[in-house]
Amino acid sequence: MTSLVKTLASKPWLSGKDQMGEPVEVRSFHFADKKVGLLAFFFVASSLFMLFIVGYRLRMVYEDWAPLQEPLTLWINSGFLVLASLALEFARQCMKRDNLRWGRWAFNAGGAASLLFLTGQLAAWQQLSEAGYMVASNPASSFFYLLTGIHGAHLLGGLVAWARTLTHLQAGGDRAAAQSSMDLCAIYWHYLLIVWGVLFYLLLVT
Amino acid sequence: MAYADQDTGHHHGPDAFIWKYVWSQDHKVIAIQYGCTAIAVGLLALVLSWLMRMQIGFPGSLEFIDPSAYYQYVTMHGMIMVIYLLTAFFLGGFGNYLIPLMCGARDMVFPFMNMLSYWFYLVSVIILVASYFVPGGPTGAGWTLYPPQSILQGTPGTDWGIVLMLLSLAVFIVAFTMGGLNYITTVLQARCRGMTLMRMPLSVWGIIAATLLGLLAFPALFVSAVMLLFDRLLDTSFFMPYIVHMGQALETGGGSPVLFQHLFWFFGHPEVYIVALPAFGLVSDILSTHARKNIFGYRMMVWAIIAIGGISFIVWAHHMYISGMNLYLGYFFATTTLIVAIPTAIKVYNWTLTLWHGNIILNTPMLFSIGFISTFLIGGLTGLFLGNVAVDIPLSDTYFVVAHFHMVMAIAPVMVVFAAIYHWYPKMTGRMYNEALGKWHFWITFLGTYLIYFPMHYLGFEGMPRRYYAYEGYEFISASAYGLNQFITVAAISVGVLQVLFLINMIWSLKAGRVAGPNPWLATTLEWQTPDTPPCHGNWRDELPMVYRWAYDYSVPGQEQDYLPQNQPMDNGEPDLSTDSATGAAPA
Repeated sequence: MTSLVKTLASKPWLSGKDQMGEPVEVRSFHFADKKVGLLAFFFVASSLFMLFIVGYRLRMVYEDWAPLQEPLTLWINSGFLVLASLALEFARQCMKRDNLRWGRWAFNAGGAASLLFLTGQLAAWQQLSEAGYMVASNPASSFFYLLTGIHGAHLLGGLVAWARTLTHLQAGGDRAAAQSSMDLCAIYWHYLLIVWGVLFYLLLVT
Repeated sequence: MAYADQDTGHHHGPDAFIWKYVWSQDHKVIAIQYGCTAIAVGLLALVLSWLMRMQIGFPGSLEFIDPSAYYQYVTMHGMIMVIYLLTAFFLGGFGNYLIPLMCGARDMVFPFMNMLSYWFYLVSVIILVASYFVPGGPTGAGWTLYPPQSILQGTPGTDWGIVLMLLSLAVFIVAFTMGGLNYITTVLQARCRGMTLMRMPLSVWGIIAATLLGLLAFPALFVSAVMLLFDRLLDTSFFMPYIVHMGQALETGGGSPVLFQHLFWFFGHPEVYIVALPAFGLVSDILSTHARKNIFGYRMMVWAIIAIGGISFIVWAHHMYISGMNLYLGYFFATTTLIVAIPTAIKVYNWTLTLWHGNIILNTPMLFSIGFISTFLIGGLTGLFLGNVAVDIPLSDTYFVVAHFHMVMAIAPVMVVFAAIYHWYPKMTGRMYNEALGKWHFWITFLGTYLIYFPMHYLGFEGMPRRYYAYEGYEFISASAYGLNQFITVAAISVGVLQVLFLINMIWSLKAGRVAGPNPWLATTLEWQTPDTPPCHGNWRDELPMVYRWAYDYSVPGQEQDYLPQNQPMDNGEPDLSTDSATGAAPA
């Protein structure tokens, strides 16, 4: 913030002779462009999830809201997502240490755990619908399907990137590019784990 | 490595037509694709407005306009103009064209995603237009799409039209997000050496601030669209209250239509600035260039853009005064709404002071820019009326509101769209447009819009309600109002038809226009310093430019030429403006 204020307080029209040398590099961040793009995407996605949560909180005050008994499967699913996040972090660290074998193994494990998470979420939907909580039964169940669906869709998008990276790794492509993709995957998974944590907490306590 | 990072070597673009002009990843081609698509869909919306006006001015003269068709025209006109024309044109069009060039980059940092952004936009337009070809036609719910009426039988287009509209919006938001992430990352990461944030032209500041607003605000539209789709397709009741419809109680119920309104306007109000902020930026650069004078109060202009963007997120409920809210909330939103006037007024004063004692060249871009100040001022002042709860309530849903928002966020930005097209046309095509035709276009548009919208203020004061299909039998509407409506209709259709002058000028000048040269306006910003005109693929041939100064070194004291390009190194004879001994007046 201080830096932004300092920037905005500068006087660009006073281009004195001290600036006669070669202009300086002005990149705002010293890490990769893709990482900057991903962080910017987190702003968008956070805005999206925050607004869903605001909608949830505002809708739940109406009298027809009937709290939902969340399926226990969600706890197991959460475990899978934690495992996925840990595995991808491990993969990322392995790649940094040039341990390609373990890195690839952990990366595969991260994807597999994510697929298990998504399968588990579908199973939770199945359990709820069998218990009579369909998408239109009650606003609480509507939100359950909606929030888990939107979160799942984000994870599916991540799995597309994961699959591309995996293909790249198996084809023996550029190592640096693969490492960069694994790095981004790990960060994205951590973000989705945090989002899931918030959503799961919201679903549990309301 | 992103394309924009590559700073050496000559950059050859693809040669095959399809990769060069259709599936292109070149930001300039994508910008033109965005612009042409936006103009095409905008022309459709223009025709819809004529049909609306025919019904209002000469009711029953066109037999095919029944109430359903009328409401469909209103809805599609509004949505297309706000989202698919103005937002797409300013950010997809000018954003794409100018950001890399003005920042001294070779392209956007993610060119492939940039290309996808355009194609998603095109798909969203196709989905929207397809709603004319489905049973029931497009939705007639009004551009705000308020539930419950937007999804209840009886409103036009509740079968498929509303579904396609919501789907189209969702796809548009995905397109916008892909483009927006590109703009942000490019500005942060791909500026050339020396291009500090505070040396960026105000066009880039305006576009990037609007992009940030969009990235944070469009999710609200996405959320409301998805939830409304659920209500429509899956019978949920996020927004649907208990309703007895056509004598029967609906199964859905308990939801809150006001929740939709909050979500919608949390997007809807920043949307005004998503359109306005790029316009502010572009017009600042055009005014400065054609007044041969540095922009007055550059730093204040940047702060004002940021302040307006920030405040725009805490004013949304002024669109909902008549929906009912806590009195103190009304007071809060009225206050924040009026506070927006402060940074906005700073900008208007600074534009005026930029013109003051400038060497004003009254060419077409300059005329349209001055026209913008005029129309924006009028629209802004009526906004002060409507920002107050006590004044808004009687004026709400009258033609005063229609006149206000058309002046401030339709005509004013369109003035800038024209100004900017005329200004950058020589760079985009390498040819000059026809100046005489351009001036005719300006005067017809400028005077014409006043003829259309000034009388609407009067109609609004008279209490003439908006959104009505027919006005027979309303005794409180005076006889003069009907004559005035006929006048407005004739003016609207005339001004609309005469926009053909613009199209003729643009198309004719492509081949027959005078060769422009690289910098016909003697402008300072980087896009005018490219080695090729139009710029080649990669923009800068072998070496990226280096920036030594800000973007507004016009009429610098002691210099032979009245402009110093941003990439011109400081020389020994140049006065050192950072010292007290500087000659001439440094800007505020």
